[in-house]
Amino acid sequence: MLKSNNMKTPLAQARGLGAAKSGLSHWWHQRLTAIAMVGLAAWMCALVVMLAGTDFDGAMALLSHPFNAAILILFVGIGFWHSALGLQVVLEDYVAHEGVRLTMIIAIRMALILLGAISVLSLLKIAL
Amino acid sequence: MAQFSLPENSKVSKGNHHAAPDTASRTKTFNIYRWSPDDDENPRIDSYEVDLDDCGPMVLDALIKIKNEVDSGLTFRRSCREGICGSCSMNVDGGNTLACLKAIDEVKGEVNIYPLPHMPVVKDLVPDLTHAYAQLTSVEPWLKTETPDPEGRERKQSPAERDELDGLWECVLCFSCTTSCPSYWWNGDRYLGPAVLLQAYRWIADSRDEFTGERLDALEDPFRLYRCHTIMNCAKTCPKGLNPGKAIGEIKKLMVQRQG
Repeated sequence: MLKSNNMKTPLAQARGLGAAKSGLSHWWHQRLTAIAMVGLAAWMCALVVMLAGTDFDGAMALLSHPFNAAILILFVGIGFWHSALGLQVVLEDYVAHEGVRLTMIIAIRMALILLGAISVLSLLKIAL
Repeated sequence: MAQFSLPENSKVSKGNHHAAPDTASRTKTFNIYRWSPDDDENPRIDSYEVDLDDCGPMVLDALIKIKNEVDSGLTFRRSCREGICGSCSMNVDGGNTLACLKAIDEVKGEVNIYPLPHMPVVKDLVPDLTHAYAQLTSVEPWLKTETPDPEGRERKQSPAERDELDGLWECVLCFSCTTSCPSYWWNGDRYLGPAVLLQAYRWIADSRDEFTGERLDALEDPFRLYRCHTIMNCAKTCPKGLNPGKAIGEIKKLMVQRQG
């Protein structure tokens, strides 16, 4: 930690702008999505094994089954959500410059929303 | 970005060597970080050979012997020399600890001694803990109540309620844990760090305190509390054997619990 060059008292610096009164939902959702991903990823592995032995029509049939399609959409959606939460933590940890940090968090969120939307639409196209 | 290398004026060079007296048969070398604000020189590592047959068993004993007999300029904090005051916290053999509780023979080979990591250095082994102390003050580590004191009596607490404070009250505020925490290294300006969060929980967990909700409010912040990523260096390094990581986990649990 670097010494500051302003003339605030140590207590004023420690108190800063006060508590943001948020952070719990981010932390909690990161845990819940992580737990969800354990089950969803296990199912994804099983699906990949099933897909390995099938031809194109068989694969399409497998992916368009409502249960499989729903789980795939959840896997993609929750996966990207978890990524957004996790990458935000990484940026908050390592990028000290507030402007750069905020810009990167917003950019990553937008990119993940775009990727999520493309993925979900692709899955729906197969399923419907 | 987080700083991963030392600034130019902090690069450490090799310093002076002080040999043991010829009469010494059992010696150990102590390599000690030296830096003074009074000159423009970079920090250096001075090495001192200490006669173990003429020295107490702890690292602090060796430091005091060096200061008394070899190099009176060597600067470090110490007071009680028995693990209660928390003054002599420093980095010994790669881990933060109290020099008075660290036995010399626990260290294999030469003993490397540095100040607590990632804090500004006042001189030699003395770190500037001003910000950490201010963070401690910011969590108001004292009993807060609205109910007036009972007439002529203490505030009552059941034995079970008192037991809740075990593992918390023993903290001597040496900041070994806080300065071992990578999250504190990168974001110590806003993250409170394990020592202060353990103290915060010590008052949250106290059945006599009436400001639990306000205390939780003051901690609910992405940086103050949630920079803890359960790395657990804090529990590993604590010279008193406490577990600040667990205390932080308990705070996080209460945050969830009060949501409904």
